[in-house]
Amino acid sequence: MQPSGYGNLSDGRLDATFAALADPTRRAILARLASGEASVRELTEPFAMSQAAVSKHLKVLERAGLISRAQDAQRRPRRLEAEPLAEANEWLERYRQFWEDSYGRLDVLLAEMKQATTTKRPRGGSRATTKRKGR
Amino acid sequence: MSSTTKKSLEITTPSDEEIRITRSFDAPRMMVWDAYTRPELVKRWLGQMPGWSWAECEMDVRVGGKYRWAWRGPEGAELGLGGVYREVVPGERLVSTERYDQSWYEGDAVGTVVFTEAQGRTTLVTTLRYGSKQIRDSVLQSPATSGMESGYALLDELLASTTAA
Repeated sequence: MQPSGYGNLSDGRLDATFAALADPTRRAILARLASGEASVRELTEPFAMSQAAVSKHLKVLERAGLISRAQDAQRRPRRLEAEPLAEANEWLERYRQFWEDSYGRLDVLLAEMKQATTTKRPRGGSRATTKRKGR
Repeated sequence: MSSTTKKSLEITTPSDEEIRITRSFDAPRMMVWDAYTRPELVKRWLGQMPGWSWAECEMDVRVGGKYRWAWRGPEGAELGLGGVYREVVPGERLVSTERYDQSWYEGDAVGTVVFTEAQGRTTLVTTLRYGSKQIRDSVLQSPATSGMESGYALLDELLASTTAA
Protein backbone atom coordinates (compact mmCIF):
# COMPACT_ATOMS: atom_id res chain seq x y z
CA MET A 1 0.00 0.00 0.00
CA GLN A 2 1.40 3.30 -0.94
CA PRO A 3 0.35 6.36 -2.77
CA SER A 4 2.23 5.69 -5.96
CA GLY A 5 -0.61 6.02 -8.38
CA TYR A 6 -1.66 9.54 -7.66
CA GLY A 7 0.01 12.87 -8.02
CA ASN A 8 1.41 14.37 -11.13
CA LEU A 9 5.03 13.48 -10.86
CA SER A 10 6.72 12.43 -14.01
CA ASP A 11 7.35 8.84 -13.01
CA GLY A 12 10.09 8.07 -15.48
CA ARG A 13 12.12 10.98 -14.32
CA LEU A 14 11.48 10.12 -10.72
CA ASP A 15 12.75 6.60 -11.32
CA ALA A 16 15.87 8.02 -12.87
CA THR A 17 16.31 10.40 -9.97
CA PHE A 18 16.07 7.70 -7.36
CA ALA A 19 18.15 5.22 -9.29
CA ALA A 20 20.78 7.91 -9.47
CA LEU A 21 20.50 8.59 -5.74
CA ALA A 22 20.74 4.92 -4.80
CA ASP A 23 24.53 4.89 -5.21
CA PRO A 24 26.74 6.22 -2.40
CA THR A 25 29.38 7.64 -4.74
CA ARG A 26 26.76 9.58 -6.64
CA ARG A 27 25.29 10.88 -3.40
CA ALA A 28 28.74 12.01 -2.37
CA ILE A 29 29.19 13.74 -5.71
CA LEU A 30 25.87 15.53 -5.25
CA ALA A 31 26.82 16.54 -1.73
CA ARG A 32 30.05 17.98 -3.09
CA LEU A 33 28.20 19.85 -5.85
CA ALA A 34 25.78 21.22 -3.30
CA SER A 35 28.59 23.43 -2.08
CA GLY A 36 29.29 24.75 -5.57
CA GLU A 37 30.12 23.66 -9.10
CA ALA A 38 33.20 21.55 -9.72
CA SER A 39 35.14 20.06 -12.62
CA VAL A 40 35.42 16.32 -13.21
CA ARG A 41 38.99 16.43 -11.92
CA GLU A 42 37.94 18.19 -8.74
CA LEU A 43 35.13 15.72 -8.27
CA THR A 44 37.49 12.76 -8.70
CA GLU A 45 39.94 13.88 -6.01
CA PRO A 46 38.06 12.64 -2.91
CA PHE A 47 37.39 9.20 -4.43
CA ALA A 48 39.64 6.22 -4.78
CA MET A 49 38.58 5.76 -8.38
CA SER A 50 39.57 6.81 -11.83
CA GLN A 51 38.32 9.91 -13.57
CA ALA A 52 36.64 7.57 -16.06
CA ALA A 53 34.70 5.86 -13.29
CA VAL A 54 33.61 9.20 -11.87
CA SER A 55 32.61 10.31 -15.37
CA LYS A 56 30.30 7.30 -15.58
CA HIS A 57 28.59 8.33 -12.38
CA LEU A 58 28.32 11.88 -13.67
CA LYS A 59 26.63 10.60 -16.81
CA VAL A 60 23.98 8.83 -14.70
CA LEU A 61 23.41 11.98 -12.68
CA GLU A 62 23.22 14.04 -15.82
CA ARG A 63 20.73 11.70 -17.46
CA ALA A 64 18.58 11.96 -14.33
CA GLY A 65 18.70 15.72 -14.70
CA LEU A 66 20.32 16.04 -11.31
CA ILE A 67 23.36 17.87 -12.62
CA SER A 68 24.24 19.90 -15.65
CA ARG A 69 27.34 21.30 -17.26
CA ALA A 70 28.13 24.96 -16.89
CA GLN A 71 29.15 27.13 -19.81
CA ASP A 72 32.88 27.28 -19.13
CA ALA A 73 34.15 25.23 -22.09
CA GLN A 74 37.56 24.55 -20.61
CA ARG A 75 36.65 23.03 -17.25
CA ARG A 76 33.15 21.90 -18.09
CA PRO A 77 32.21 22.19 -14.42
CA ARG A 78 29.19 20.24 -13.24
CA ARG A 79 26.51 21.86 -11.16
CA LEU A 80 23.56 20.62 -9.18
CA GLU A 81 20.03 20.96 -10.54
CA ALA A 82 17.51 21.49 -7.80
CA GLU A 83 14.22 20.57 -9.43
CA PRO A 84 14.45 16.76 -9.72
CA LEU A 85 15.59 16.60 -6.13
CA ALA A 86 12.62 18.65 -5.07
CA GLU A 87 10.35 16.19 -6.92
CA ALA A 88 12.03 13.22 -5.31
CA ASN A 89 11.67 14.78 -1.93
CA GLU A 90 8.03 15.48 -2.57
CA TRP A 91 7.46 11.83 -3.46
CA LEU A 92 9.11 10.58 -0.29
CA GLU A 93 7.13 13.09 1.68
CA ARG A 94 3.91 11.79 0.16
CA TYR A 95 4.77 8.21 1.02
CA ARG A 96 5.35 9.15 4.63
CA GLN A 97 2.33 11.43 4.64
CA PHE A 98 0.10 8.66 3.31
CA TRP A 99 0.98 6.41 6.22
CA GLU A 100 1.01 9.14 8.82
CA ASP A 101 -2.43 10.31 7.77
CA SER A 102 -3.84 6.80 7.60
CA TYR A 103 -2.41 5.78 10.95
CA GLY A 104 -3.57 9.05 12.48
CA ARG A 105 -7.11 8.14 11.50
CA LEU A 106 -6.57 4.63 12.83
CA ASP A 107 -5.69 6.18 16.20
CA VAL A 108 -9.01 7.99 16.19
CA LEU A 109 -10.92 4.85 15.20
CA LEU A 110 -9.20 2.76 17.88
CA ALA A 111 -10.02 5.36 20.52
CA GLU A 112 -13.67 5.13 19.46
CA MET A 113 -13.59 1.35 19.57
CA LYS A 114 -12.10 1.42 23.05
CA GLN A 115 -14.73 3.87 24.12
CA ALA A 116 -17.43 1.57 22.79
CA THR A 117 -16.07 -1.48 24.62
CA THR A 118 -15.62 0.37 27.92
CA THR A 119 -19.17 1.66 27.73
CA LYS A 120 -20.37 -1.86 27.20
CA ARG A 121 -18.11 -3.28 29.88
CA PRO A 122 -17.50 -0.65 32.55
CA ARG A 123 -14.37 -2.36 33.91
CA GLY A 124 -12.76 -1.89 30.53
CA GLY A 125 -11.20 -5.28 30.03
CA SER A 126 -8.60 -4.71 27.39
CA ARG A 127 -9.21 -8.11 25.82
CA ALA A 128 -12.84 -7.34 25.04
CA THR A 129 -12.06 -6.16 21.62
CA THR A 130 -14.30 -7.78 19.11
CA LYS A 131 -17.24 -5.54 19.06
CA ARG A 132 -19.23 -6.94 16.21
CA LYS A 133 -21.26 -4.08 15.15
CA GLY A 134 -22.31 -3.97 11.53
CA ARG A 135 -22.06 -0.56 9.99
CA MET B 1 -0.09 7.84 28.15
CA SER B 2 1.62 5.38 30.41
CA SER B 3 3.85 3.98 27.75
CA THR B 4 6.86 5.62 26.23
CA THR B 5 6.64 3.54 23.06
CA LYS B 6 7.32 5.67 20.07
CA LYS B 7 4.20 6.81 18.37
CA SER B 8 5.97 8.24 15.40
CA LEU B 9 6.14 6.39 12.15
CA GLU B 10 9.39 4.71 11.27
CA ILE B 11 10.29 3.73 7.74
CA THR B 12 13.36 1.58 7.32
CA THR B 13 14.92 -0.76 4.78
CA PRO B 14 15.81 -3.97 6.66
CA SER B 15 17.15 -5.72 3.55
CA ASP B 16 17.71 -4.94 -0.09
CA GLU B 17 14.26 -6.09 -1.12
CA GLU B 18 12.24 -4.74 1.76
CA ILE B 19 10.59 -1.67 3.16
CA ARG B 20 9.45 -1.72 6.77
CA ILE B 21 6.97 0.63 8.39
CA THR B 22 6.64 0.59 12.17
CA ARG B 23 4.10 2.37 14.29
CA SER B 24 2.51 1.72 17.67
CA PHE B 25 -1.08 2.28 18.72
CA ASP B 26 -2.78 2.82 22.01
CA ALA B 27 -5.04 -0.22 21.80
CA PRO B 28 -4.85 -3.97 22.38
CA ARG B 29 -3.83 -6.05 19.41
CA MET B 30 -7.16 -7.78 18.78
CA MET B 31 -8.71 -4.38 18.44
CA VAL B 32 -6.03 -3.25 16.02
CA TRP B 33 -6.52 -6.52 14.14
CA ASP B 34 -10.21 -5.78 13.76
CA ALA B 35 -9.53 -2.28 12.54
CA TYR B 36 -7.09 -3.76 10.07
CA THR B 37 -9.15 -6.62 8.72
CA ARG B 38 -12.79 -5.56 8.70
CA PRO B 39 -13.64 -3.62 5.55
CA GLU B 40 -16.13 -1.29 7.23
CA LEU B 41 -13.40 -0.30 9.68
CA VAL B 42 -10.57 -0.24 7.16
CA LYS B 43 -12.56 2.23 5.08
CA ARG B 44 -12.47 4.67 7.94
CA TRP B 45 -8.73 5.04 8.12
CA LEU B 46 -6.80 3.68 5.18
CA GLY B 47 -5.59 6.02 2.49
CA GLN B 48 -8.09 8.81 2.42
CA MET B 49 -6.02 11.20 0.40
CA PRO B 50 -7.57 14.67 0.05
CA GLY B 51 -9.87 14.70 -2.96
CA TRP B 52 -10.05 10.89 -3.09
CA SER B 53 -12.82 8.59 -1.98
CA TRP B 54 -13.30 4.87 -1.68
CA ALA B 55 -14.53 3.08 -4.78
CA GLU B 56 -14.08 -0.51 -3.58
CA CYS B 57 -13.09 -2.09 -0.30
CA GLU B 58 -13.49 -5.83 -0.28
CA MET B 59 -11.60 -8.16 1.99
CA ASP B 60 -12.06 -11.88 2.40
CA VAL B 61 -9.62 -12.33 5.25
CA ARG B 62 -8.75 -16.03 5.21
CA VAL B 63 -5.95 -18.00 3.61
CA GLY B 64 -6.51 -17.91 -0.14
CA GLY B 65 -9.11 -15.13 0.19
CA LYS B 66 -8.82 -12.03 -1.92
CA TYR B 67 -8.88 -8.36 -1.16
CA ARG B 68 -9.36 -5.34 -3.34
CA TRP B 69 -9.05 -1.67 -2.55
CA ALA B 70 -9.72 1.14 -4.98
CA TRP B 71 -10.07 4.88 -4.71
CA ARG B 72 -11.43 7.47 -7.05
CA GLY B 73 -9.73 10.81 -7.31
CA PRO B 74 -9.86 14.13 -9.07
CA GLU B 75 -10.42 14.21 -12.83
CA GLY B 76 -11.47 10.57 -13.04
CA ALA B 77 -8.21 9.29 -11.63
CA GLU B 78 -8.31 5.81 -10.14
CA LEU B 79 -5.98 3.95 -7.87
CA GLY B 80 -6.58 0.29 -7.24
CA LEU B 81 -4.71 -2.61 -5.77
CA GLY B 82 -5.40 -6.06 -4.52
CA GLY B 83 -4.04 -9.46 -3.73
CA VAL B 84 -4.49 -12.73 -1.91
CA TYR B 85 -4.09 -13.53 1.77
CA ARG B 86 -1.41 -16.09 2.42
CA GLU B 87 -1.30 -16.27 6.20
CA VAL B 88 -3.98 -15.18 8.60
CA VAL B 89 -3.31 -15.47 12.33
CA PRO B 90 -5.82 -13.21 14.09
CA GLY B 91 -4.16 -10.69 16.35
CA GLU B 92 -0.71 -11.78 15.28
CA ARG B 93 0.13 -11.96 11.66
CA LEU B 94 -1.31 -11.11 8.27
CA VAL B 95 0.53 -11.94 5.07
CA SER B 96 -0.81 -10.96 1.67
CA THR B 97 0.33 -10.33 -1.86
CA GLU B 98 -0.02 -6.87 -3.30
CA ARG B 99 -0.34 -5.66 -6.83
CA TYR B 100 -1.39 -2.32 -8.24
CA ASP B 101 -3.72 -2.09 -11.22
CA GLN B 102 -1.18 0.11 -12.89
CA SER B 103 1.84 -1.69 -11.61
CA TRP B 104 5.13 -0.34 -12.81
CA TYR B 105 7.17 -3.26 -11.56
CA GLU B 106 7.27 -7.00 -12.24
CA GLY B 107 5.48 -9.46 -10.05
CA ASP B 108 3.66 -9.14 -6.77
CA ALA B 109 4.95 -7.61 -3.61
CA VAL B 110 4.35 -9.52 -0.39
CA GLY B 111 3.23 -7.61 2.68
CA THR B 112 3.61 -9.01 6.18
CA VAL B 113 1.97 -7.25 9.09
CA VAL B 114 3.01 -8.37 12.57
CA PHE B 115 0.96 -7.31 15.60
CA THR B 116 2.65 -7.31 19.00
CA GLU B 117 1.17 -6.04 22.22
CA ALA B 118 2.91 -4.72 25.31
CA GLN B 119 1.21 -2.90 28.18
CA GLY B 120 -1.97 -2.46 26.25
CA ARG B 121 -0.22 -0.92 23.26
CA THR B 122 0.12 -2.61 19.93
CA THR B 123 3.03 -2.22 17.59
CA LEU B 124 2.38 -2.83 13.92
CA VAL B 125 5.35 -3.80 11.84
CA THR B 126 4.51 -3.87 8.15
CA THR B 127 7.16 -5.30 5.89
CA LEU B 128 6.79 -5.09 2.13
CA ARG B 129 9.01 -7.44 0.20
CA TYR B 130 9.55 -6.83 -3.48
CA GLY B 131 10.96 -9.17 -6.08
CA SER B 132 14.31 -7.47 -6.26
CA LYS B 133 16.38 -4.65 -4.93
CA GLN B 134 15.71 -2.61 -8.07
CA ILE B 135 11.99 -2.89 -7.59
CA ARG B 136 12.25 -2.08 -3.92
CA ASP B 137 14.38 0.95 -4.72
CA SER B 138 12.04 2.12 -7.42
CA VAL B 139 9.18 1.81 -4.97
CA LEU B 140 10.79 3.25 -1.94
CA GLN B 141 13.45 5.03 -3.84
CA SER B 142 15.55 5.44 -0.81
CA PRO B 143 19.30 5.55 -0.91
CA ALA B 144 19.73 1.85 -0.40
CA THR B 145 21.89 1.26 2.61
CA SER B 146 21.31 4.37 4.61
CA GLY B 147 17.57 4.11 5.01
CA MET B 148 14.93 6.64 4.39
CA GLU B 149 15.77 9.02 7.18
CA SER B 150 19.25 9.68 5.93
CA GLY B 151 17.82 9.86 2.45
CA TYR B 152 15.64 12.67 3.71
CA ALA B 153 18.51 14.27 5.52
CA LEU B 154 20.60 14.24 2.38
CA LEU B 155 17.80 15.63 0.26
CA ASP B 156 17.06 18.29 2.83
CA GLU B 157 20.69 19.24 2.93
CA LEU B 158 20.97 19.33 -0.84
CA LEU B 159 17.78 21.31 -1.20
CA ALA B 160 18.82 23.76 1.48
CA SER B 161 22.17 24.37 -0.11
CA THR B 162 20.82 24.67 -3.64
CA THR B 163 18.18 27.14 -2.72
CA ALA B 164 20.75 29.11 -0.74
CA ALA B 165 23.17 29.12 -3.68
